[in-house]
Amino acid sequence: MRGLGDTFFNLQVIEKYLPALLSGFRVTLALAGAVVTLGILLGLTLAMVRAFRFRVVNWLIVAFVDLFRTLPQLVVLVFAYFGLPYAGITISGFTAATLGLGLVLAAFAEEAFWAAITAIPRGQWEAARSTGLSFAQALGSVVMPQAVRIAIPLLTNRTIAITKGTALASVIAVPEILDKAQSAMSLSSNASPLIIGAGLYLAIFAPFVLFSRWLERRFGWII
Amino acid sequence: MADDCFLLEIDDLHKSFGDLEVLKGINLRVRPGEVIILIGPSGSGKSTFLRCINRLEEPTRGRIRVDGTEIMARGVDLNRVRKDIGIVFQAFNLYPHLTALGNVTLALRKVLRMSRQDAEACGRRMLEHVGLAEKANAYPSELSGGQQQRVAIARALALEPKLMLFDEPTSALDPELVGSVLKVMRDLRDEGMTMVVVTHEMSFARDAGDRVLFMDGGEIVEEGPPSTIFRNPAHQRTREFLQRVLHV
Repeated sequence: MRGLGDTFFNLQVIEKYLPALLSGFRVTLALAGAVVTLGILLGLTLAMVRAFRFRVVNWLIVAFVDLFRTLPQLVVLVFAYFGLPYAGITISGFTAATLGLGLVLAAFAEEAFWAAITAIPRGQWEAARSTGLSFAQALGSVVMPQAVRIAIPLLTNRTIAITKGTALASVIAVPEILDKAQSAMSLSSNASPLIIGAGLYLAIFAPFVLFSRWLERRFGWII
Repeated sequence: MADDCFLLEIDDLHKSFGDLEVLKGINLRVRPGEVIILIGPSGSGKSTFLRCINRLEEPTRGRIRVDGTEIMARGVDLNRVRKDIGIVFQAFNLYPHLTALGNVTLALRKVLRMSRQDAEACGRRMLEHVGLAEKANAYPSELSGGQQQRVAIARALALEPKLMLFDEPTSALDPELVGSVLKVMRDLRDEGMTMVVVTHEMSFARDAGDRVLFMDGGEIVEEGPPSTIFRNPAHQRTREFLQRVLHV
């Protein structure tokens, strides 16, 4: 019987598959970056557009948000990768994962930003508008700087949870960490690649979590 | 033209919230440099009336002219109109994410399109004017209520308004801080600023007001110089109100 060390920390296996795992690490990092960027920026944009209260536009935004808050992330990914080709739209696994997770994050981010916008006291709008600022200027210079700070604690957890979903992209053939670790595991009949994979996820998300804590401390004041 | 001698003209101003008629036809003429004091019990419509003057509340009907501009007219540039009408709120409403100077300069930069340098020079002058030159870099949370309200006054004055509205500017202040705000308002009056002030500070009303308007139930019940209103009010409702507020 082989020891635990051999099963989970086999140096030969690790040495052999480390380059593959590191390439997965780079893909996960790029995917996480793309998801966060798309999700936060789109969510912020939608919330700001919603503030203008154009009725039809707001119906569409709310429909989008509710749809993507409801669907499981895996379903969205599988649909984007395996479903869209039937409509003649073929996208790479990386693009499908970015879109799928990015849209889900955008939906939650929109709700967080929107909740924060509605939490800004009416007096702030009135002060801004009474000095001649337009609605858009009041939104941009007075309301959003405060709303973003209020939204941060609401956003960080959700962002971490959804971005960790990059591991789901292994299902749609994105060569990210989990995908690489699984193939290395089956080729070597050894669990060590998975341990390294877990370590690589930690290397990405631990700083992420620490950064979000710093953000919350830095901007998390209450008005 | 007779209109030329009035800075503010209001005719038959009505405002309803649903079925509730809050203003029942207000008429008012204000000359340049005049200080109008609005008094009356809470719920009498004073604040709503004041907030209709720059259309923070949308009047249901009526006519408002500010320095010859019909501000209820269709297609009027409301942002331009508001630049000329400063308002100071009971709750200060300073921007908490900006310094005192940032609060004062925001509209200078966004509305008047001044450069940062010019806006800050102007902003510092305004803060000096209200006695807060040394607080330029303080955030609202670091200021006392009286200081916050003076920053709010500076923010409104920076745009060089023709008319200043004050909506119970001292009601949220600790008693010992009221004086500093009233002093700034008295200075403004002495400089010739036209002001409409909703206040419960009867001593201020008496010695700084040119005319006192007593409002009750959405109408102006009586108006006149402070000496008349306070010593010899014509209406029973005015007498009762003054008795309540002056002899507590």
